[in-house]
Amino acid sequence: MRPSAVRLLNILVPVKRTVDYAVKIRVNPDQKGVDLNVKHSMNPFDEIAVEEAVRLRERLKDEVKSIKVVTIGPTKAAETLRTALAMGADSGIHVEVPDSAPPPEPLGIAKALRAVIQREKEGVDLVILGKQAIDDDASQTGQMLAGLLDWAQATFASKVDVDPKAKTANVTREIDGGLEELKCQLPLVVTTDLRLNEPRYASLPNIMKAKKKPIEKLTPADLKIDLTPLLETVKVTEPPKRKGGGKVESVDELIAKLKEAGITPVKS
Amino acid sequence: MLFSRQLARRPLIRAPRRWTHSPAALAGLKSVTEDDLVHFAHFLPPTSIVSTLSPSAAPSSELESFNNDWMNKYHGRSTTVLKPRTTEEVSKIVKWCNERRIGIVPQGGNTGLVGGSVPIRDELILSLSNMSKIRSFDDVSGILVADAGCVLQSLTDYLAPHNHIVPLDLGAKGSCQIGGNVSTNAGGLRLLRYGSLHGSVLGLEVVLPDGTILDQLTTLRKDNTGYDLKQLFIGAEGTLGIVTGVSILAAPAPQASNNVMLALPKFENVLPLYKETKRQLSEILSAFEFMDRTVYDLAVKHGQGRALNPEDVEGAECFVLVETSGGKREHDEQKLNSLLESLMEADVPLINTGVIATSPAQFSSLWAIREGLTEAVSKEGKAYKYDISVPLYKFQEVVDKTKNHLQEKGLLHEDAVKYVVGYGHVGDGNLHLNVVAAAYTPEIEAALEPFVYELVASYKGSISAEHGIGAMKTHALKYSKNETSIEWMKKIKALFDPNGIMNPGKVLP
Repeated sequence: MRPSAVRLLNILVPVKRTVDYAVKIRVNPDQKGVDLNVKHSMNPFDEIAVEEAVRLRERLKDEVKSIKVVTIGPTKAAETLRTALAMGADSGIHVEVPDSAPPPEPLGIAKALRAVIQREKEGVDLVILGKQAIDDDASQTGQMLAGLLDWAQATFASKVDVDPKAKTANVTREIDGGLEELKCQLPLVVTTDLRLNEPRYASLPNIMKAKKKPIEKLTPADLKIDLTPLLETVKVTEPPKRKGGGKVESVDELIAKLKEAGITPVKS
Repeated sequence: MLFSRQLARRPLIRAPRRWTHSPAALAGLKSVTEDDLVHFAHFLPPTSIVSTLSPSAAPSSELESFNNDWMNKYHGRSTTVLKPRTTEEVSKIVKWCNERRIGIVPQGGNTGLVGGSVPIRDELILSLSNMSKIRSFDDVSGILVADAGCVLQSLTDYLAPHNHIVPLDLGAKGSCQIGGNVSTNAGGLRLLRYGSLHGSVLGLEVVLPDGTILDQLTTLRKDNTGYDLKQLFIGAEGTLGIVTGVSILAAPAPQASNNVMLALPKFENVLPLYKETKRQLSEILSAFEFMDRTVYDLAVKHGQGRALNPEDVEGAECFVLVETSGGKREHDEQKLNSLLESLMEADVPLINTGVIATSPAQFSSLWAIREGLTEAVSKEGKAYKYDISVPLYKFQEVVDKTKNHLQEKGLLHEDAVKYVVGYGHVGDGNLHLNVVAAAYTPEIEAALEPFVYELVASYKGSISAEHGIGAMKTHALKYSKNETSIEWMKKIKALFDPNGIMNPGKVLP
């Protein structure tokens, strides 16, 4: 066999700061958006992505050369980067958008990520990101990025195995009614599903270390991209309130109520 | 079900002791008769009377949930449950029972751990569950006035939109009632922050054992006008009267919460850590919970919460869970971070390492380890549980001495006592000493009692920090209260309840 130079992996993990999933969402009176003056944290699927990158390094040791996290968001998105750095990423990039700017859309983000990847001197072999952000639930960024870069993509991953020497990855995807296993060529975009892993707690020594890790600040102009939204939000409304149920005394009463509601038995 | 089955064995061991004293308190008391029901029917609707006696003649299964505690450890044989809707109805019931010498067991959510809320024999059960109205809430002062039968969770839900919380939180919040909480002086998870109910209860409405309504339902923060009678009913476990209404000071809801789990190389560091944490976090410190390594490992073994990474627990002898709650997230995090930084960077660090929850899921997960200890211990074996108050620096000593004592008795091995563990609320000086055995045996029981009680007494501690006395620990009251105290407690009992009808056989030996 011909000896080949050891190929080292550079991993990029895009993360998004979102309203925390435990927060009860309140629609603003103007019905154009939701109350954002609440607790935010890293999009849970992105947290899984960071965890997976760190686990890949734990498995592959030195074969993972770098884990870089990137976020595109307001000033406070830097906190999200610090969390990712405390989990084990090496460095961060913060593409800062003004606090007053409207939230960017998936296509803008995908283009920004492409620009970030193109300016990486050593290149990027693997992008791992959440399958969707829990605020807009768009589930488009990973797919669009793979399309723009003309890379392979493996979405909704529940298991990722990377072979850096062969430059391939085996990814198990969660699909309707089962699992699908793909073999992909690097470079690759992977989007994470819930069952991929369980993110670790950030340990104190790592939090201390994270404070000293570098974060590069960029603006959309530096990347020569425009994040102006293409869509206009017409209206945001709360789901209808659930009406309370009632108790019935007997089977007969239940059947009567079902009939009343227009539910009829199916003849077998 | 597993839980109740294990505990169901305990009465077999404990029963003889309970029966030795209970008949004395119940000696002069009469059973409920059909004539009594006729009287009650004059002022109570049929839906407020559940009785196996005629005319209502309900099947005894309908009384099961009232006659047995939730652990199925204590069993009463009452024939009658009354569910009054108003204080006046309570008063009429009590007046009648006093005249007829019928024993009464006031009952709230029946979630106690010491058998205080179920009859010993066939006393009448007076359930407060039909009294569940919120009477008033003032969102400026934060004073909430509610019927005794309000479920704790419903009060919490009621206060949430007003940005307030009940200054009390328990695992049983979905069933326990505020009247029962007050009557048992329930402690729980928020005690460190908001203090005990002796401070946050501002007023009470109580039906005295002769039927008199004592209205002390004030909504005043300050009221120095003579004896503070309401304090007597807080923690009296229904032996002096029936609490029917509560005025309580609700606290502003915290806007942000954080928690961290710290791994300590040795127990001796817990107290200096507590001092330093208190100093730096001051008003945002809301919990400081201790657990030893053995019980942590049991929690992990039985899948409670999400375990720390192996490198984070290496060399740790015990753990501390610190929680903060405050008004502004940035402020709280800054304080917490500078505390953690100073802890990590000290020349001789008090902690090995620690983890911080970065999301609500992790926040709950860290709490789940602490809150799952009880369950983990139950899964591991048969647990002898002691809920004691001892000086903070004696926590480890109590655990070690108990362990040594069992070792000397030759009981510390796989087939007898498997583990002796300690965990608890450091902030409140409350240690949960758990002895995990392969089976409940008379030998282990004899080795533990009165040994543990005497040990606690030697530190001037309390044999029941937050669970109360109920029917379970009356025999052990003497280890925490001297003769003079018990004598005066008896005098107070005789003064309020000369006929001994109120929750007979509970609290006093």
